[in-house]
Amino acid sequence: MILVENLTKYFHSLCAVDQINFDIQKGEILGLLGPNGAGKTTTLRMLTGYLRPSSGNIRIKDLSIDKDTLEIKKILGYLPESAPLYHDMLVFDYLNYVAAIRQINGKKKMSRIRHLADLCGINEVMHQPIGELSKGYKQRVGLAHAMMNDPEVLVLDEPTSGLDPNQIVEIRKIIKEIGKEKTIILSTHILSEAEATCDRIVIISQGKIVADGSAENLKQSTRGKNIMKLSVQNADFQTVHETLMGIKELDDVTRISETDGILSISLSYRSKADLRPKVYSKIKETNWVLLEFHQETQSLENIFRELTKEN
Amino acid sequence: MRQATHIFRKEFSAYFISPIAYIVISIFLLVTGWFFFATFFLFNQASLRTFYALLPVVFAFVIPAITMRLISEELNVGSDEILLTMPVTARDVILGKFFASVAMIVAMLIPTLAYPLTVTLMGQLDWGPVIGGYIGAVLLGAAFSAIGLFASALTRNQIIAFIIGLAICFALTLIDKLLYFLPQSLLGVFSYLGADFHFQNIAKGIIDSRDVLYFVSICFVGLYAAYLALRSKQ
Repeated sequence: MILVENLTKYFHSLCAVDQINFDIQKGEILGLLGPNGAGKTTTLRMLTGYLRPSSGNIRIKDLSIDKDTLEIKKILGYLPESAPLYHDMLVFDYLNYVAAIRQINGKKKMSRIRHLADLCGINEVMHQPIGELSKGYKQRVGLAHAMMNDPEVLVLDEPTSGLDPNQIVEIRKIIKEIGKEKTIILSTHILSEAEATCDRIVIISQGKIVADGSAENLKQSTRGKNIMKLSVQNADFQTVHETLMGIKELDDVTRISETDGILSISLSYRSKADLRPKVYSKIKETNWVLLEFHQETQSLENIFRELTKEN
Repeated sequence: MRQATHIFRKEFSAYFISPIAYIVISIFLLVTGWFFFATFFLFNQASLRTFYALLPVVFAFVIPAITMRLISEELNVGSDEILLTMPVTARDVILGKFFASVAMIVAMLIPTLAYPLTVTLMGQLDWGPVIGGYIGAVLLGAAFSAIGLFASALTRNQIIAFIIGLAICFALTLIDKLLYFLPQSLLGVFSYLGADFHFQNIAKGIIDSRDVLYFVSICFVGLYAAYLALRSKQ
């Protein structure tokens, strides 16, 4: 559906996007992750034809961005970061204007606007100036704008930034809903969001792709520290430390807290094998009361931090 | 081209949604009305000559004020990103906004028709120069609009856009008044560049193709420069 080849963008001598390659299948929801200034927005701006690439190519279906810009714009919907809309216009007038530019006319126009107003939940602000709307509503108007032409590819730049938790859930629901039929690319720096909504995640850092795959794949592929946490009663840290360090794969045993006789500790190890049986059998030999015992899954946060660390 | 008409319609109505149009039209009518009628009875002539004499200078101030927001505001809010990722070209955007500004100038000139109508009540008015003057005023307004639009495409700050537009329009208006400082060999070129010179020709009632061509070429240069300025942002 979308093919990005050796895409590069220079702003004067600053390289914002450095030879990135990826492709997106039809119906996929792709999350573009990265720290601030990694080149997410620049990449999206090139995809939507707003910026021209310094070199490299983008193909959407069988259209190429430098030759068929207008055709690509017709099948694309784009919500820029923080939805920069005309402040003086009423929401209805604005959507009307967008529909006219998208060449939706007559009866179809009204039904399309009504449908989008329902979908994005902006019925009650249709006759307010955009400048007076709260951030959340502005974002929804922007989303309605992006979906006006029923786009085959929807590009969303930080669609949930600045929204309250309820609105975030709603917007995600809308994205999931649309994503059933459409190809969606969204950028975000909220990792849980990428994990919750995206089929595939591409992490970029300093203009380069550092990881590409589903959230599950990413978690498996990076070999980080595994962490196990447990809480026990009827034991002191000294003996717990000595006992558990008997397991040779364990790297470290650290105390998290000790209150009311409950000792919480965390165990870290690098081995790929599951150490839970070994730890449990050690504990069984003692007379500690085991209150809590779980293995922490490698979180996307850790992977992200590891991959996007400077240098 | 169809897209340009949508942009035109949106921009033109935007003038009348915000208070800009009303303020600019009021100031324009006040200034031209005052200067016209203040000396009208002294000259004791049934003509609009004093109105047209002043028009280029007034336009040099008023038109950059009309055009300053056209692109600057988009750049400032960031809405150019939304506009240019819809299926429109930079050319549609420039043309739509240019004609919105020209239409605004026509709307501003319509109330001034009260001046010739008042004058006909008091004496024999020759309508030839009056009509010529209005055609010239629209051409001059279009040329200054193109320059103002270019200034607006340069910066995201509307005040800077206004000042750049004002400086260029003002220089074009006054250039043929400053000819005594120039060597003789350059006189021809510089007097041809003067907007006032060409406007006064048309305002005499003679519509010469050279004068029309002058305004059309200023429009073209201004719009093309605005187009390049907008494209360079990409």
